[in-house]
Amino acid sequence: MGANTDKDDAAQVPVDPEARVRAMSRRGFVMAGIAAAATLAGFEGLMRAREEDGLAWPLRRILQGNERVVRGVLGARRSAPLLTLDRVTLPARVNGDLGLGDDFDSASWTLTVSPALSPDDDADEFTLDQIMSLPKHEMITELHCIEGWTIVQRWAGARFSDFVARYTRYKDPRSLPAYVGMSTPDGGYYVGLDIEAAMHPQTLLCYEMNGEPLTLEHGAPLRLVIPVKYGVKNIKRIGEVTFSNARPDDYWAQQGYDWYAGL
Amino acid sequence: MRAERLLFKFADRTVMKLLVNKHPLIVRWNHWINFPVLAVMVWSGLLIYWANDIFRIGIGRFTLLSMKLPDSIYDKLHLSHGLATGMAWHFAFAWIFAVNGIIYVLYTIISWEWRHLWPDRHSFRDAIDVIRHDLGLIKTAPPQEKYNGAQRIAYSAIVVMGLGSILTGLAIYKPVQLGWLTALFFGYAGARFLHFWLTMGYVAFFIVHIAQVARAGWGNFRGMITGYEVADRPAATDGGGT
Repeated sequence: MGANTDKDDAAQVPVDPEARVRAMSRRGFVMAGIAAAATLAGFEGLMRAREEDGLAWPLRRILQGNERVVRGVLGARRSAPLLTLDRVTLPARVNGDLGLGDDFDSASWTLTVSPALSPDDDADEFTLDQIMSLPKHEMITELHCIEGWTIVQRWAGARFSDFVARYTRYKDPRSLPAYVGMSTPDGGYYVGLDIEAAMHPQTLLCYEMNGEPLTLEHGAPLRLVIPVKYGVKNIKRIGEVTFSNARPDDYWAQQGYDWYAGL
Repeated sequence: MRAERLLFKFADRTVMKLLVNKHPLIVRWNHWINFPVLAVMVWSGLLIYWANDIFRIGIGRFTLLSMKLPDSIYDKLHLSHGLATGMAWHFAFAWIFAVNGIIYVLYTIISWEWRHLWPDRHSFRDAIDVIRHDLGLIKTAPPQEKYNGAQRIAYSAIVVMGLGSILTGLAIYKPVQLGWLTALFFGYAGARFLHFWLTMGYVAFFIVHIAQVARAGWGNFRGMITGYEVADRPAATDGGGT
């Protein structure tokens, strides 16, 4: 040892690594403590944040940001896979009866659409026959409930885009406003849709399920089938359709869910 | 001990200790950010799962363990009636989970650290010996490099699982627009199944990880905070200056 001629500078100042690591530990644990406290404070803040439509506002902003990203990157360009008859779930699960009150008369039902064709009218009324006179489309697709389960059904009806082109003032799709709102005749349930999803070729005004006329519990006389959205947007018993540039209210979006709900 | 990982040289030969830089700063941040983020993802995931709690362990009609908890337990753990909340937290923190994971993987590749992490042809045999040693069945553990065979497999598997969670998550998130991805995971129900069991895998990893960290002792845990561990001076660097 005495013959040590090590030229390393560190050789002149012996350092105890244990002491060194203790000093680093103090610094490290102070940092870790600050980071942990900041994380907990952030978590608490998020839990207590003011709610916007049933959801902490920062989370609402993030959902809106996600919507912008998703609409920019994916949109509703693709179609849902078309499935085969053997995949159909029978009997179809009945889920949700919001807006489906008992005091309803199918025979006197009409579909109210605003704004009307003529600027002099508030709204136009359409009968089921008028809708059934449009080309009939049939498809077997999966309905995704926001709860996480799915069913496969055979739907038939008129394309919403055909309805728009035939019966509304928006003959030119470029003249369409940004949104469509739909609600039940009693106003008990309502959905908002972006125009891209509404005009998707698989979006049907549906009056037939599995070859049979729609039953009341599934939304007779007319319901929406929109495979590019969660089930919550597939409104039953449509009473009113409103085109608008303002984002329409949406029943579940007011209860803390994402407004867009695209698939 | 690899030379480039040595930080200090000590002339006082009576201190036969070295400080070894074990965990780079960026990896420590990755690790500790992941802890609360993964906790939020599991919690919010359970809020979502509650709305359709269908999974179980079993074959055919035989169910060994149902993953359908009684309502009283969901209520007690505040996991019921929180689907909207769960989805919002899940789709917010998924960003941090993904970005944090991507940074970690990129760093591991660029820094060449992956060589210490990715299993090699010895790892599987070593891993079995590590497990036998840890269970007290054999006396000597296989030679410990930065990570032993069991660690290499576990730490690599968890990264692959993370990728799996992101991909199955996207398949569930957009089963129409990303329908090709959903089809890759055997459809919507298949993607949900994999997504759920990957999460159970994290829980299992977490339990073993905590047990092993407790066993490895304070110095090892401190290393994940400070980055440094105190190690015995290897004989090879001894007496070189004489």
